[in-house]
Amino acid sequence: MKLIYEISVNGRRGVRLPASDVPAATPLPGELLRAKPAGLPELSELDVVRHFTQLSRRNIGVDTTFYPLGSCTMKYNPKALEEGARLFLPFHPMTALLPGGEAFAQGTLAIIHHMGELLEEITGMDAVTCQPLAGAHGEMTGIMLIAAYHKAKGNRKKYVIVPDSSHGTNPASAAMVGYQIVTIPTAPYGDMDLEAFKAALNGEVAAVMMTCPNTLGLFNPHIKEICDLAHGVDALVYYDGANLNAILGQLRPGDVGFDVVHVNLHKTFGTPHGSGGPGSGPVGVKKALIPFLPMPHVVRGEDGHLELLNDNPRSIGRMANFFGNFGVTARAYAYTLMLGREGLIDVSEKAVLNANYVMSRLKDLYDLPYDQTCMHECVFSASRQLQHDIHAIDIAKFLIDKGFHPPTVYFPMIVKEAIMIEPTETESKATLDAFIDAMREAAELAERDPAALKRAPVTTPISRLDETKAAREQNVCFA
Amino acid sequence: MSFTPHTPEEIREMLATIGVGSIGDLFRPIPQGLRARSFDLPPGMSEFEMLARLQEMAAQNGRVVPFVGGGCYDHGIPAVVDHLAGRAEFYTAYTPYQPECSQGTLQALFEYQTAICRLTGLDASNASLYDGGTALAEAAMMALRVTGRDRVILDGAVNPFHRAIVRTYLGNLPVEIVELPPVNGMLDRQSLAGKLDDRCAAVMVQNPNFFGCVADYGDLAVQVHKCGALLVSAVYAVSLGLLKPPGDMGVDIAVGDGQSLGNHLSFGGPAFGFITAKKQYIRNMPGRIVGETVDREGRRGFVLTLQAREQHIKRHKATSNICSNQSLCALRGLIFLASLGKQGLVELAQLNRDKAEYAKRVLAAVRGVTILSGAPTFNEFTIHLPKPSGEVVASLLQRGIAAGVPLGSYYPGEENSLAVTVTEKRTRGEIDLLARELEGVL
Repeated sequence: MKLIYEISVNGRRGVRLPASDVPAATPLPGELLRAKPAGLPELSELDVVRHFTQLSRRNIGVDTTFYPLGSCTMKYNPKALEEGARLFLPFHPMTALLPGGEAFAQGTLAIIHHMGELLEEITGMDAVTCQPLAGAHGEMTGIMLIAAYHKAKGNRKKYVIVPDSSHGTNPASAAMVGYQIVTIPTAPYGDMDLEAFKAALNGEVAAVMMTCPNTLGLFNPHIKEICDLAHGVDALVYYDGANLNAILGQLRPGDVGFDVVHVNLHKTFGTPHGSGGPGSGPVGVKKALIPFLPMPHVVRGEDGHLELLNDNPRSIGRMANFFGNFGVTARAYAYTLMLGREGLIDVSEKAVLNANYVMSRLKDLYDLPYDQTCMHECVFSASRQLQHDIHAIDIAKFLIDKGFHPPTVYFPMIVKEAIMIEPTETESKATLDAFIDAMREAAELAERDPAALKRAPVTTPISRLDETKAAREQNVCFA
Repeated sequence: MSFTPHTPEEIREMLATIGVGSIGDLFRPIPQGLRARSFDLPPGMSEFEMLARLQEMAAQNGRVVPFVGGGCYDHGIPAVVDHLAGRAEFYTAYTPYQPECSQGTLQALFEYQTAICRLTGLDASNASLYDGGTALAEAAMMALRVTGRDRVILDGAVNPFHRAIVRTYLGNLPVEIVELPPVNGMLDRQSLAGKLDDRCAAVMVQNPNFFGCVADYGDLAVQVHKCGALLVSAVYAVSLGLLKPPGDMGVDIAVGDGQSLGNHLSFGGPAFGFITAKKQYIRNMPGRIVGETVDREGRRGFVLTLQAREQHIKRHKATSNICSNQSLCALRGLIFLASLGKQGLVELAQLNRDKAEYAKRVLAAVRGVTILSGAPTFNEFTIHLPKPSGEVVASLLQRGIAAGVPLGSYYPGEENSLAVTVTEKRTRGEIDLLARELEGVL
């Protein structure tokens, strides 16, 4: 398909601007002006519509296709969320920051504040900031809050502990806050090796970052012990909320002893993933960390009105331009209002049911490195298929031809040839059965006709791409 | 309200297949003692009740005519942007890890990277960052990596919110941030000259800056490069329809907020940040990058590339922790630029400047008001009032006008200054009204 720059025609025009109702300004001095217009395409509106509509047809999403991408919680995004968020599009964030401006933003501030309260109850934390713009941004915010806590107490801390099954964002976020990373291996039973953890834990550990259930989709029964041990050396425990969908209404990180959590609104709370964002990563904290929350922070004033706390000298500072990805917060708020208590419990129940169903029906054909009841996702290995030179990636590409988005492959890194399946709660048994049939067909083909898997995908506009060439040539901009 | 499709019969069948008696059995791995102590949430509601609730909340916000910017701008958004970016195949997809079924996203992001490169006059762009402020912080970290030095110099005329983000991001690292208070709304070049040494990783400026002033930083680039540092410039995307691009000034890394390109105000988000640099620094860039390649039949296609920089491969040694970015908002930016086109963006920028220059003239005619002079401006400019601008803004809000950003909160000594923004959406009538109402409260 041609690039938008390749269909451009000199002199063609698209959207027209309103005629000016003011006199033309005196031109700027020449040295401040660009020499020639930027090389943007020249197209009619219909050209633009056709181009992007055709591009969209070279994509698949949750609305078109089952999308069991592990760790990403690709659930259905209810359409009413869009209608809800649309109501707030015209509001300028700066208005709220003007003297007396909060009075003009009580509605939008209430969304942020009430969503924060709902998340406090859902996670068992004492306060929430909706400023972080994605999960990794929430992690970074959380680790900064922990750093501020230690600094205020005069603690000298150097290390952050992460299990080797953690998301790459965990060590990357902690490193950006200046900590050294200690990685703990996974024990044969699928959880962080408790003895190795105890050996690594000392007074210089600032935080332990845990994903619960972990990226193998398993619940760690030692989680409370880990929190208690960490607290024993005044290390705080961070809850990576990527997998919160599994435990909604079942367990609250705050009850167990976690000090900081982040929540991915685009995962658990049904907001669309947008081809890679926008997400939102609100952070919840226990009381001891409230003084350090980023600014501006929405609080309820003595007269009952919502106010912005903007001058707290103990705050870590500012993590985003304004109030976070407000439109995402508003969608998640709409989602939480609609589902309510029972609906959210139903989410975790059906998410776990679906994952266990898929696991049960595939474990005879695929190796299951950690064979136990899983939570919201299950992780297989294509190691058995490897004897026929079939890799996880070959199975993934075959699934595309069968009309599915593939699961996550090669993550977590601790599982060889990992295939990580997260069906989510919004998928029906019929969809799961069709997917299972395709996975079983892949396993069967691996033995009978591996070349067929190597050819896949054949139904897509392009076949497998040469990633080495892309990295070598670094052609990242159309010449 | 629930979006789960399971019938009781299906649940029974599934449980039988799994070999457990109830859904509760599946939660047995969670010890009883760890179960939720509370889950006290309101009961669910239908979408109609939810929307009624949100309508009530939206009605609690005041409607005001915005003459404010602060990094977020009230521009018109062509209908095609909402319609095309709303296509479910873009909207409900995720990061294009599987390129064969994600060519729509990947090609669009490649086109986006190209558009950002052409706007800024630089030759490598990533596929978006969170927002303008975090993009500036990422640029600072990138310059520190590239130079191996430990100090950044931040022009005080850079957006104070964005400077706060830089301070927060770098706050726990062994690096020093030197902020230079602006002089007459501009970079203090004299103080800067004394600070350019072998510790300096980057000088960071903004064009137009928070006061609205526009500058040519070409000579600054020469000076900065002489000490081995990088010049980082934050830019306002729409202004680049008219203004000299950072690449033509010798800037090494340019960043900005993409909100002005087809993203709604939406109380400040979501929009996107962009970062673009000289190609030689591409391996130090944060975030996703899309590259061109070919498939097995030699057909052109696009993939995520140079992933060895990223957290999911490099973990704590990654160039950034960023994973999800703001793809859909970047796509909106591309559709916006494509529908306006080459000439359209020039006209949009010109219209913004025309409106602002008109506003400058009528406001200058208000008794007691003077205009900060010394540098040309684009669509924002600073005025001095005979009394504290915060009070004036508070009074004008009551009259339905957000008159500007009072600078006293951000710059000691500027208590009577006000930064006024005039986009193409402000009519002559609204501008005249601003002048009249301002006269009324002075």
